[in-house]
Amino acid sequence: MTTHIHETTSYDADEFGWFGGEAEGFGGRFMPEALMKALIELDEAWQDAKADPTFVAEFDAILRDYANLPSPLYHATLLSDRLGVRVLLKREDLNHTGAHKIRNVLGQALLTKRMGKTRVIAETGAGQHGVASATAAAYFGLDCTVYMGKVDTDRQALNVARMRLLGAEVVPVPSGSGTLKDAINEALRDWVASVDHTAYLFGTAAGPHPFPTLVRDIVRGIGDEARVQAVEQFGGLPNAVVAAVGGGSNAIGLFTAFLDDEDVEIHGFEAGGDGFETGRHAATIQANDPGVLHGARTYVLQDEDGQTIESHSISAGLDYPGVGPQHAWLAKSGRVSYTSITDKEAMDAFALLSRCEGIIPAIESAHAIAGAIKIAPEVKERHGEGATILINLSGRGDKDMGTAIEYFGLGDEGAGARSDKHSGLGEAK
Amino acid sequence: MSTSSVAYAKAKAENRAALVGYLPAGFPTVEGSIEALTTMVEAGCDIIEIGLPYSDPVMDGPTIQDAVQQALDGGVRVDDVFRVVEAVAATGVPTLVMTSWNPIERRGVDRFAQQLQDAGGAGLITPDITPDFALEWIEAADARDLDKVFLVAPSSTDERITMTTAECRGFVYATAVMGVTGARAKTSDLAAPLVARTKQLSPAGTDLPVGVGLGVSNGAQAAEMAAYADGVIVGSAFVRTLLDNRSDEQAALKALASLTEDLAAGVRAR
Repeated sequence: MTTHIHETTSYDADEFGWFGGEAEGFGGRFMPEALMKALIELDEAWQDAKADPTFVAEFDAILRDYANLPSPLYHATLLSDRLGVRVLLKREDLNHTGAHKIRNVLGQALLTKRMGKTRVIAETGAGQHGVASATAAAYFGLDCTVYMGKVDTDRQALNVARMRLLGAEVVPVPSGSGTLKDAINEALRDWVASVDHTAYLFGTAAGPHPFPTLVRDIVRGIGDEARVQAVEQFGGLPNAVVAAVGGGSNAIGLFTAFLDDEDVEIHGFEAGGDGFETGRHAATIQANDPGVLHGARTYVLQDEDGQTIESHSISAGLDYPGVGPQHAWLAKSGRVSYTSITDKEAMDAFALLSRCEGIIPAIESAHAIAGAIKIAPEVKERHGEGATILINLSGRGDKDMGTAIEYFGLGDEGAGARSDKHSGLGEAK
Repeated sequence: MSTSSVAYAKAKAENRAALVGYLPAGFPTVEGSIEALTTMVEAGCDIIEIGLPYSDPVMDGPTIQDAVQQALDGGVRVDDVFRVVEAVAATGVPTLVMTSWNPIERRGVDRFAQQLQDAGGAGLITPDITPDFALEWIEAADARDLDKVFLVAPSSTDERITMTTAECRGFVYATAVMGVTGARAKTSDLAAPLVARTKQLSPAGTDLPVGVGLGVSNGAQAAEMAAYADGVIVGSAFVRTLLDNRSDEQAALKALASLTEDLAAGVRAR
């Protein structure tokens, strides 16, 4: 399957990185002058690379032979029976390193080699992007440093060990909230000082232009593959496509292929944490408050002085107070519907998919499953019998077992005894 | 002529560089920052930069970030920053606010500019926004004759330096190193060529002063930079002085005055 990285949609950014035009004001490049040359060079290098058939062919071969792509599109029959709609899972959890993230880093690392740089840096929340970056660095023979919030290194110790085994230096960041946003700040500081020989493998479709576009172009294979697979395997496009949204790379990777199919509903699900109304969440789009964070104007969790408010989610990978600017535009334009899923709803879905289909999802992906469960009755009502929901199963849940053990009490004597308290396990039986 | 330009012109008339001193507002407290900044003015700073504490600074190194976090933990608000500006500007020294962009967006660019002007502020230094993405600020500043201080870096292309200096008013801030704020043992060998390039590419006839920052911590380094720059900008070294004397306010102010005098002598020893 050939990548479609050079194709465009009606919802792309202009040459300055504005989504919806400068008047709408999402995206742009709010960065220190010290980095402007590097960002401009990166943009030019990407435009050049994606138009080069040799680069595209090499990228395709790496994805196929190394990353195990295209990932399958799986008809989850048992989950379908439960929801009353046909559920298709885009199995990004089966990719090398266990998530959609491998696409992004292999693309950016291949570009890094093309640009003649020798070192990569990355930030990571859950650790998936860090592991993927360390993997890509090992594959391409690049030095690698990964910044990770101290809170996240503590809750994702297994991924820290994996990164170190792969040869990366992992730097815990204690400042601020010790989470993803602080890791991004630290990575940007490193980049200011090392930009002549270092590429920043941005982990999501956010940040200053060209990163939102660059990352989107690279990961859009998720949706491109799923679109072809849906038609070939099931005879048509799905009625709805669904993904979890933190920074938004897995979601934009899925959504892009369907943006110009106006008949396809698109739903993004943010991390609702303890519940949007409690204020302890990471539902940035739902909060609907524009600002500038990490180089782009987008929706930001912030107080009345513009100080970033810490986000909260049981999923480290969704625990981010900003969101990719294209998602902000897709929300404002009305093309995509964004709502939130609470920690509890996500963990219930986590348990349900595990027991119902034998697939342990990443907690990020469990938000998408929970979202699909929520919208299934409406989708069925709108589209009738045979309605189809395509869910991006963006990653596998191995990395989240520590959280699951604690949440469900799986390590206690009589595992699952707490299922009364956390109903997911009980309901999934 | 904007107020920063006046201070630069005065220094030039005395055949020396201007000394520009930075501290974040609200560090160690709002009143404490006013006292510290006033001490720096009395001991020889020609221009003052007041940092607006922000939760996610990109250009700040560990020293300034530590101070900024203390200020935020102490509950400093944007309105406090204007209060500090008002007190320092009352000394007669040009007083600018150095700030990340989001707090300005949040308040509203026009409203922020007006409040700054009402407080007697000379203008803004904006480390994370460049003129090509700052059209709204440029309009608001032009309407009030506020200084617009954008940054140039060793990595800047000639084209970008030309664009940036065309939009600056007051002075242009040349970052001497590729890196974040913080005192360094040696001065940068990137600074002099950058200043030369910036002066060459500044619009003809404007005589835009070039201030050099990032890394200066003593009089000897200030003298080195004063040999080719119009202004020497010092931040982390002042902050470090306060951090090192946090348990003794009087000792902190004394050390601050002593450092300022050393630096002021440095800019006169070009």
